[in-house]
Amino acid sequence: MLNDYLPLMILFGLALALAAMVVALGHLFGPRRPTDRKSQPYESGMKPIGPGQRRMSVRFYLIAVLFILFDIEVVFFLPWAVVFRDLKIVGFIEMTVFILVLLVGFIYAWKKGALEWE
Amino acid sequence: MGAMQILFLLAAAAVLGAAILVVTSRNLVHAALWLIVALFGVAVVYVLLNAGFFAIVQVVIYIGAIAILFIFAVMLTRQIGGKDGGSQNHSTWWVAALLSLLLMVGIVWILSTWQGFATELPALANEKELISELGKSLVSTYLLPFELASVLLVAALIGAIYVSWEKSR
Amino acid sequence: MQLGLFLQWIIKSGILLAIMTGGFAYVTLYERKVLARIQVRIGPNRAGPLGILQPIADGIKLIFKEELIPARADKFIFILAPIITVFPALVITAVVPWGETMTLFGQQVPLGIAPDLNVGALYVMAIASISVYGITLAGWSSNNKYATLGGLRASAQMISYELALGLSFVPSIMLAKSMSLMDHVQMQAQMGMLKWWLYQPLGPAIFLIASIAEVNRAPFDMPEAEQELTAGYHTEYSGMKFALFFMAEYIKMIAVSMIAATLFFGGYLGPFVDRLPWLGPIYLFGKVIILLFGMIWLRATLPRIRYDRLMSFGWKILLPASLLNVFITAVLVVIFG
Repeated sequence: MLNDYLPLMILFGLALALAAMVVALGHLFGPRRPTDRKSQPYESGMKPIGPGQRRMSVRFYLIAVLFILFDIEVVFFLPWAVVFRDLKIVGFIEMTVFILVLLVGFIYAWKKGALEWE
Repeated sequence: MGAMQILFLLAAAAVLGAAILVVTSRNLVHAALWLIVALFGVAVVYVLLNAGFFAIVQVVIYIGAIAILFIFAVMLTRQIGGKDGGSQNHSTWWVAALLSLLLMVGIVWILSTWQGFATELPALANEKELISELGKSLVSTYLLPFELASVLLVAALIGAIYVSWEKSR
Repeated sequence: MQLGLFLQWIIKSGILLAIMTGGFAYVTLYERKVLARIQVRIGPNRAGPLGILQPIADGIKLIFKEELIPARADKFIFILAPIITVFPALVITAVVPWGETMTLFGQQVPLGIAPDLNVGALYVMAIASISVYGITLAGWSSNNKYATLGGLRASAQMISYELALGLSFVPSIMLAKSMSLMDHVQMQAQMGMLKWWLYQPLGPAIFLIASIAEVNRAPFDMPEAEQELTAGYHTEYSGMKFALFFMAEYIKMIAVSMIAATLFFGGYLGPFVDRLPWLGPIYLFGKVIILLFGMIWLRATLPRIRYDRLMSFGWKILLPASLLNVFITAVLVVIFG
């Protein structure tokens, strides 16, 4: 088991090191002469109005909730899919029941307009 | 001490350290990021437990979905930066400390009397069988919880739409 | 643990990272050349013969650029964001097999970092879901309105299309009875490409659309829609940090081409590959080049999609279509075995 994951860990370490090195390169060789004007956030050349971070729309939150639910559904799909060729019709019915229940929720979200972006 | 123990201790220390930073950092986005580090440490512990599938599911669900929701939820709040310098302790913090201590004593006691550590893992022919065994038990032994999971998911979906969508209109 | 095995892993990781960064440099040139040809121009041709030194010149220029950090930005996250944007792009292809296991210097060397990982397909999903963070955090930490909006849009778009992406793996898993990408390729060899496609008629189209949205390429490049958001989440980035975002986008292009080739176009398979295993990586490389051309062609041809259309396409068409795709495969497997 560990033999499968250790190479991944090594790759993760090297990839992070590479990315950090690139950032470090810029820091080492780039000039730094900040002025007040330069470090203002860019707002098409105008003086920035108000804070840069606004409270976001609740719509994004709702999309994230929907995403979690369907992501869990996809994760449930995977071990089922691995054995599906052995299960045949039994597995088919079991998964259909699972999906039909979820589809009810999906249709509810659709009808309530949670998937609309105005 | 083998390589496994060293890896476990490192991962466990990372989880604990990150968890402490989650509750102490004043910036909510930083707290969410430390939470991700803690969750990733848990994924490493799963790998050490020979549960590669759950390690990756941990990353997909907890880091890839739930922590994203946390960050979105944080961005819904007005003040993220944490300019307030007030105390982060509730006045009855000692009750929580006492309860945690009791819980820890209980867990240690149960684990010290548990015989399961001595039993060997059932041998499986190869790694791929782990997944197919999981798939088979999901649709036979654990069929009812599996189907109920979809009902639970739909309940959560309807609840989320009602709370965040219907009321805001 | 043998030292030889460790050395092998480190060398293979090094090779993968070198191919990805080198590939990034030359995909930028490839894209500029192809776009130029499509628009009846010549494209970069000054730095070196046919402009082949152009990426190096660009890189050196970016190293010596001044890097700005906007006032009141979250400095720590601002520097961290480009790193965690490029990280998933670099590691996502670790589970893609480059060829059959070869015997080199008396050692069994599987071509790829972990090509036979028993949760390969799920690993791809996991890394794809991590890649949302870099962009969201880059947008948020910049303290800039365009960047914040761009980051939010990008993350909502990516999580929406991730579902279709994940579901498009399911038919292949059902057919190969495994999540390991190595097994997927071997099953394709066994079943034949035509049958593989007939069992999942919508699969390739769904995967390609979802993956283009996932890497924020045209026509789904909403996060950087310049007419409304300047440059989206990387508005405030400059110098090498900007280069990292750029790098992440192009490496992701290579990565999704590799994964698409493995899932739907036979991966390293090709004529004579069973007798000459070193042909495997070459075939895979060729398929990646062709798929990359397709992505560049799309950018040159299609206009950007409006954001509301993009989101409702993802949820109302692509997600049901990918469920339908799984359903078709399931029915065919039940009937024909």
